[in-house]
Amino acid sequence: MSKKDYFIVGKKKFTSRLIVGTGKYRNMAECAKAVKISGAEIVTVAVRRVNILDKKKPMLMDYIDPKKITYLPNTAGCFNSNEALRTLRLAREIGGWKLVKLEVLGDKKNLFPEMIETLKSTEILTKEGFKVMVYCNDDPLMAKRLENVGASAIMPLAAPIGSGLGIQNKTNIKIILQQTKLPVVIDAGLGEASDASIAMELGCDGVLINTAIAKAKDPLQMAEAMKYAVVAGRKSYLSGRIKKNIFGDPSSPKKGII
Amino acid sequence: MKNKNKIKIKLNGKKLALNQSSTLFSLVKKLNIPLNKVAIELNRKIIDKKKIKYIKIRNKDNIEIVYFIGGG
Repeated sequence: MSKKDYFIVGKKKFTSRLIVGTGKYRNMAECAKAVKISGAEIVTVAVRRVNILDKKKPMLMDYIDPKKITYLPNTAGCFNSNEALRTLRLAREIGGWKLVKLEVLGDKKNLFPEMIETLKSTEILTKEGFKVMVYCNDDPLMAKRLENVGASAIMPLAAPIGSGLGIQNKTNIKIILQQTKLPVVIDAGLGEASDASIAMELGCDGVLINTAIAKAKDPLQMAEAMKYAVVAGRKSYLSGRIKKNIFGDPSSPKKGII
Repeated sequence: MKNKNKIKIKLNGKKLALNQSSTLFSLVKKLNIPLNKVAIELNRKIIDKKKIKYIKIRNKDNIEIVYFIGGG
């Protein structure tokens, strides 16, 4: 590969194609370590009320420097467009963040995205100057509509958030990849390193992983595994795999056999 | 008598009594909140942090102060 293989989203250039979520870790120190080991240059963060009773409570920004790692504010926990818009406008106010992750949920049990509200929010946020990376279901038609209203990245789920099931519908992901000019990032539902490799081998531009790292028995080792899985999957995709063949093809030359 | 000089507000969903002369700036300072790491909403309107010195808090105001925490 002569040209450097950058991941570009919202006109920003990144080397790593692994985005890491910062929730569910045992503590912030562990989270910061996992992010470092993973090599991620983007982390998702949530917007919540400051704890006014505990003035000394540590802040995420004390552990992960937003000048070094790009914060991607999310709208986790929002169940309609108004809540999501309010959250991201506040996020922008904290420090000028324009690259955001939109996630409007529709069901508390399966955590599937509420796509009508998601579409509406994407359009409004884009008009307000946000670069919106959109968590969505793996529906090519909806993905197209998101693209048409100005999304900056399509982020279809592999499976329900935190489920660890891996990509459930490869065909849909392939169709989304074929039809879009936007970066496609698999968001939610990955469980192990091979899941990340599969996403990258399909041709996805990146993966977003939280639970699979944070809730692994050894989160730091899993962060490293995910780092290499994403790199391996990407290189495998770029290398152009061999054709599948139901018959064997010997690896050693037939000529000169004694 | 004492309560007469106080205003009652809601901050992050919790009831709070403040001096009448309170500003958003004095509130943030009192709570030891680093301004560069938060966003402030006053009665559902986002406040420009540069102007908080001049924004007086009134009775029944609803204030939200948010920051980033870990999330997926």
